[in-house]
Amino acid sequence: MSATTTLAPSPVTRWVILGVVGAVFALPIIAMAEFTMRRGLDGGYDLSRWITVFSGELGPAYAPVWQGIQNSVVLALVTVLLMLVLLVPTMILVTLRFPSLQRVLEFICLLPISIPAIVLVVGLAPVYQVISRMLGSGTWSLAFAYGILVLPFAYRAVQSNIEAVDVVTLTEAARSLGAGWLTVIVSVLMPNLRRGLLAGAFISVAVVLGEFTIASLLSRTTLQTALVVASKADAFIAVIFALLALLFAFLLLLIIGRIGRGRPGRTS
Amino acid sequence: MAGARARRRAALGLAPFAVYILLFLALPTLLAVWSGFFQRDGSFTLENIAALGDPVILRTFGTSLWLSALTAVVGAILGALVCYALVGVRSDGPLRSVVDAISGVLAQFGGVMLAFAFVATIGIQGFVTVVLRDQLGFNIYENGVWLYEAPGLILPYIYFQVPLMVIVFLPALQALKPQWAEANATLGGTTAGFWWRIGFPVLAPSFLGSLLLLFANAFSSYATAAALTSQGQSIVPLQIRAALTSETVLGRENLAGALALGMIIVMAVVMSLYALVQRRAARWQR
Repeated sequence: MSATTTLAPSPVTRWVILGVVGAVFALPIIAMAEFTMRRGLDGGYDLSRWITVFSGELGPAYAPVWQGIQNSVVLALVTVLLMLVLLVPTMILVTLRFPSLQRVLEFICLLPISIPAIVLVVGLAPVYQVISRMLGSGTWSLAFAYGILVLPFAYRAVQSNIEAVDVVTLTEAARSLGAGWLTVIVSVLMPNLRRGLLAGAFISVAVVLGEFTIASLLSRTTLQTALVVASKADAFIAVIFALLALLFAFLLLLIIGRIGRGRPGRTS
Repeated sequence: MAGARARRRAALGLAPFAVYILLFLALPTLLAVWSGFFQRDGSFTLENIAALGDPVILRTFGTSLWLSALTAVVGAILGALVCYALVGVRSDGPLRSVVDAISGVLAQFGGVMLAFAFVATIGIQGFVTVVLRDQLGFNIYENGVWLYEAPGLILPYIYFQVPLMVIVFLPALQALKPQWAEANATLGGTTAGFWWRIGFPVLAPSFLGSLLLLFANAFSSYATAAALTSQGQSIVPLQIRAALTSETVLGRENLAGALALGMIIVMAVVMSLYALVQRRAARWQR
């Protein structure tokens, strides 16, 4: 661990960089908070709008916001599940058995970056007409589209971990000791890839919580589309909800990050 | 041949992912681009594709390109600085956790919330606008309000590019082996010498790769611009929205498909470059 100190910047350099960038990035958030506390044309500040939100005095017009938050959480969970069930086993399989397909898989996984959501949504509309008929028009099915959106980010996170861990040697060792494939993946590879999997889940959740284009053009209620609805009723209240949403997403990601890292007794 | 059979079984394991990609990536993309070649009545036409050469469309593509390039470069440099500041920080410590969480949130802070934030900051009555005007006598809108046009997108875009850079570049920076620094120090090299001769050359491909990802991210970004500029068609995604929601853009139907094709061509070029760069980056990842 001491060796990294030669690479690391001095504490002064570190905190100057983080301090300056942090301050600049805090500015819009502070401005949002300031905006929500403005007291009309005569100036001054008060907390009346925050009190309105927290005392539950908001009318039924704000019900979609709660619904949207709920839907977005479900979507985040289903999307992460899709990533774990569809993407990760495929990546492991390609690394172990089909190394020649490595480039193809990478190409496919990075493809969604080059296809804007607004383009995808034009083609997704007819696909979702069929899905609605088969699975109903529940919001959760949007996770299939979101799984595509998170693909590049999840792939990069997991792949950098696969490259750092010698997956092939680990597998050969486990196999020669008599482990079956399921054991290899679940008890040998998954724990070693924990960091990459978590990073992938991390970014997937953030992508889903921030997604607006597809949800709005396919007329589903999510956190983001609900905020637009709220902003039309009352811009100040909408900014309060935006701030709360940010805080909510931040805490969610913080918790997810801590879960993976907080294992005691682990050497690094 | 047990080996061949096992291999076939293993190949079957690739099927679920392949089917998923076909249904939710290949099919929608084809359907979207396909529509650019057809008129409403279903007859084939090249008229929409020809519209890509229209001066208005070309100018929009130009705006999208410089906006993406500028914000990618600024975002990549600032993001790399933040990554550098985080070298040597315990990866399971509280600082890393907070930075990771903030980056994750802000990188996806697009759309409505980002628009809210910047209207509150540098809008006509925004916090910073008012402070600069009343305290320092400096009016950022002296030559007209630019927040709701293409230049107004620069700051919001940088705001999501920097955190994205932190997310994609930090793993590369942390792959720098401490042994290299030790070897450098043992051989009498300086810290500056280490970065100049070892650090930068090793990181250059990863940096360039991240830069290209940032460019792609800005180029295909829609929600922020959509929320900030409700009528403008200054960048390509907004023009696609206009083409989707009304049929009056240049008086052509299904122009969205043609614009989509144009975007995909630009993206294909960027991603080919990315693939080239990645091949070099992989050299140091063994």
